[in-house]
Amino acid sequence: MNYEIIVVGGGHAGCEAAYSCSKIGHNTLLITGNIKNIADMPCNPSIGGSAKGIVVREIDALGGVMGKVADRSQIQMKMLNSAKGPAVQALRAQADKITYPKEMLKELNSIDKLEIKEAMVKDLIVEDNKVKGVILEDESKIYAAAVILTTGTYLKADILVGDTRRREGPHGELPSNYLSDNLKKLGFKIIRLKTGTPQRIDKKTIDFSKTKIEKGSDEHYSFSFDINPTYDIEKQVPCHLVYTTPETHKIINENLNKSSMYGGLDDIKGVGPRYCPSIEDKIVRFKDKERHQLFLEPESLYYDDIYIQGFSTSMPYDVQEKMVHSLPGLENAKILKYAYAIEYDAIYPTQLKQNLETKIIENLFTAGQINGTSGYEEAACQGLMAGINACLKIENKEPFILKRNEAYIGVLIDDLVTKGVRDPYRLLTSRAEYRLLLRHDNADLRLREYGYKYGLIDEDRYQKLVEKKKIINDSINYLKETKITPKKEVLPYLEKLNTAALKDSITLYDFLKRPEITLEKLTPFHNLNLEPNIAKQIEIEIKYDGYIKKAMIEAEKLNNLEKKNIPNDIDYDKIKNLASEAKQKLKEVKPTTVAQAARISGVNPADISILMVYLKKEYAHESR
Amino acid sequence: MEDTIAAISTALGVGAISIIRVSGKDAIKIVNKIFKGKDLEKVPSHTIHYGHIINNEEIVDEVLISVMLSPKTFTTEDTVEINCHGGIATTNKVLELLLVNGCRLAEAGEFTKRAFLNGRIDLTQAEGVMNLIEAKTESSRALALNQVDGKVSKLVKDLRQEILEVLANIEVNIDYPEYEDIEVFTNEMLFPMLTKIKKAILKILNESENGKILQDGIKTCIIGKPNVGKSSLLNSLLNEEKAIVTDIEGTTRDIVEGKISLDGVTLNIIDTAGIRETNDVVESIGVEKSRKMMDEADLVLFVLNNNDEINSEEKKILDSLKNKTHIVIINKKDLESKINLNDLDGHDYIFISAFKNEGIDDLKDKIKELFNLEQILTNDMTYLTSARSISLLKQSLESLNDIESGLKQEYPIDILEIDLKNIWNKLGEIIGETYEEELIDQLFSQFCLGK
Repeated sequence: MNYEIIVVGGGHAGCEAAYSCSKIGHNTLLITGNIKNIADMPCNPSIGGSAKGIVVREIDALGGVMGKVADRSQIQMKMLNSAKGPAVQALRAQADKITYPKEMLKELNSIDKLEIKEAMVKDLIVEDNKVKGVILEDESKIYAAAVILTTGTYLKADILVGDTRRREGPHGELPSNYLSDNLKKLGFKIIRLKTGTPQRIDKKTIDFSKTKIEKGSDEHYSFSFDINPTYDIEKQVPCHLVYTTPETHKIINENLNKSSMYGGLDDIKGVGPRYCPSIEDKIVRFKDKERHQLFLEPESLYYDDIYIQGFSTSMPYDVQEKMVHSLPGLENAKILKYAYAIEYDAIYPTQLKQNLETKIIENLFTAGQINGTSGYEEAACQGLMAGINACLKIENKEPFILKRNEAYIGVLIDDLVTKGVRDPYRLLTSRAEYRLLLRHDNADLRLREYGYKYGLIDEDRYQKLVEKKKIINDSINYLKETKITPKKEVLPYLEKLNTAALKDSITLYDFLKRPEITLEKLTPFHNLNLEPNIAKQIEIEIKYDGYIKKAMIEAEKLNNLEKKNIPNDIDYDKIKNLASEAKQKLKEVKPTTVAQAARISGVNPADISILMVYLKKEYAHESR
Repeated sequence: MEDTIAAISTALGVGAISIIRVSGKDAIKIVNKIFKGKDLEKVPSHTIHYGHIINNEEIVDEVLISVMLSPKTFTTEDTVEINCHGGIATTNKVLELLLVNGCRLAEAGEFTKRAFLNGRIDLTQAEGVMNLIEAKTESSRALALNQVDGKVSKLVKDLRQEILEVLANIEVNIDYPEYEDIEVFTNEMLFPMLTKIKKAILKILNESENGKILQDGIKTCIIGKPNVGKSSLLNSLLNEEKAIVTDIEGTTRDIVEGKISLDGVTLNIIDTAGIRETNDVVESIGVEKSRKMMDEADLVLFVLNNNDEINSEEKKILDSLKNKTHIVIINKKDLESKINLNDLDGHDYIFISAFKNEGIDDLKDKIKELFNLEQILTNDMTYLTSARSISLLKQSLESLNDIESGLKQEYPIDILEIDLKNIWNKLGEIIGETYEEELIDQLFSQFCLGK
């Protein structure tokens, strides 16, 4: 069979990439080291969370699969930050580690144009700086017009425990031994990163009475815009909270030199993430902190593993035993899997274009941890974007690039390709400039149109969106036109609402700006009959109108610079007035727009001015 | 081009007229906001108009304004040029008003850059334009560095660090909502923070006012009824310091007629015309006229006659001086005193004899004391004087007000944080520190988070 697109790796990035390419209509081959490991969750058993939950919504809005698969495999749903503003609310699911991969495989198998093959890729077929296919470890060749690499942590993976180092992928899987060296030969700058995972404990050996129970939300939620959640809230599986003890800290301090990271091994090059340090890191860096919080999270309904979030370590097994037994309720706990750290190769991501295509090899795309990110959601959204863009590339169409004010996905990819990474990149709400625009509730309004345009959202779902937009618009106009007047018969009702007295008549729109007023409370004064989520949407639009407008003005300013393109063939060495640091950074990142150039650290406003003058001089006939 | 930019386009020199150039699509609208005179949005292109620059009704400067509509201007954008007459401090103030009202301070060489990008300058001159930008950037960088050094920079830095810690706290609450050991930062906790920021910003602004005094001198007016000894006082001050008396005729409202150097700081005596009036027919001060003069001055010297009782007009003036830096001078101290000192409760006063040149040193000491000159000079501090910095501080104060009104509206903390972040960014611009990953670094060094 002739393939148009090959996806290498079956993790969260690979699944979205393979799904979108085949769904759009291209013959796609997904190559994975182990079919049983497709969409595996080798670390925490949850999907979503702050910022990440919004990414999952965005994936769903665009027509990706992570959202609906998570909905089908969730055993607990929780809306985070529900007491805070609408901009920072985000959904998190505890996902069943058995159900999730099964449901994902079902989705992939439902598409005719997708084939899955078990094999290891060792090299790429490249002609004239353009990728033509892959070479497997058995030397056989498979050709395709585009290749997407989503190799996760498998490139030259080393598992680190105490003073041992083993060439091995997560949970004893086969690593990819040759691909990263061959990428280096092709001219890629390869970096070494590190992450870790904690122990899994046998549920039956934990005394939960000594822990604090943490339940999910008592309202129904779903990631997908196409699902009407009806699960039994009573049957949601809880998590449990425990704290480290002085004994835990003593054990760790006494054995510090045995940890791989603290002297057990002296050849560690990988840079670990700042945001998820190992427990020994935490105890060393925050000496004064008396205790650290740990969550006991269920991995599945079908087996007994409990994941200890917050306890990742690279201590030898005997020390891990002592550490675990020092925790309240885990005195007699049985460790089913030990914690480990893992080192792996990644591509320095400024070598990518905004469409996730590599700069040096045409039609080669990369997505997920190979690009220096961390997390299932970060991986999945890159997979989706790489998939869509690979299709557009072989169809000779313009790339699909999300702007920073359109989606967290846009923020993530722009950060990666513009700034590079120091440690595995995690998405945080603080990375987004316009988070009031990038909300959980409006992801469909922001992005579904694109999903439709690129062929991942069908007509039916698209019409629902059009209808929803119309209802919102009409309702807001209606509220702007309808007034409430302080008449005798109205006043007692208003008094019950605990709101300041009304002196003059006022539009419902303005009245809704009062913090204590909701559409529901105003039922007697309007004839709108809205679904709760649409009502909420409208309230947010009205109550936060001032702030939203401010954010939009700021974003608009940025977009003007976003429209100024920098030609591919620009020679920065010819611009003699550029500061040398700026010149070097510009050559490295090769920004495609003036706005992107301005975001590179080390490129200052004067350099941007000079660049603009140069562009005008050299490309005058094109720019104006 | 999207932003409207402004800058002083003439060299800042004493006595010269300074021109502020404003260019961009909102140029006319913004200038109109601070202009009292014709409606500039309705005047024809390439015309000049007389009027005043005002700040909330208060007159800042008397100006001539040229309005030039796109495309026949240097930058090809709508352009306004403001001819200011009031010296460095006033010109700076006008620029500051423009910046607060929506202009951005032009970058080095930006007018020329725009002229070029908009096709006004020949393509062959591109090299020249780039050289200009590079050269101007170097010199303005050095200048900017000089302007905010030392104490102000430290004040700003400390304030930013404090805000940063709060921001990190709020962010961590958002990104790690289930970390129970981390304090949840609430709206209530913002109040003391806001008070603190406000105090600090006002302090910095205040320092910058002192800086102006160093650079531009103290505007001083001498008031008092005729024949009370104003002229003698002026003369003895002038004689004492052998200062130059100039006689600049002009259209401006403050005519600086005498300059006295006081340990290196200049006292600019304004409106001496009023002092020299010899119309002694009416024994009146002219309360209204005095009040107007007082409004314009940094320092008021109010002269009384030791030999006269304080009359009702003088009492009125004393009353209105309460919120003004002033010294009551009781002249003719060698004559019999008819002044009831109880009337001068709460006022600084000194006895002199202008005629015999006695008490002048006391007066000078008093002035130094009032303006903290000893301290200013001995500490050798560099002050914040640029309009850009002042406008950034004022914008920060506006964001502070936005937070306060947001608090009243019960907006959640993550919304209020938007303006707090704004303040932090603005303060960063003043000291030239905006480092991308600063907040994220702070987050992970301040709090212990993990998986």
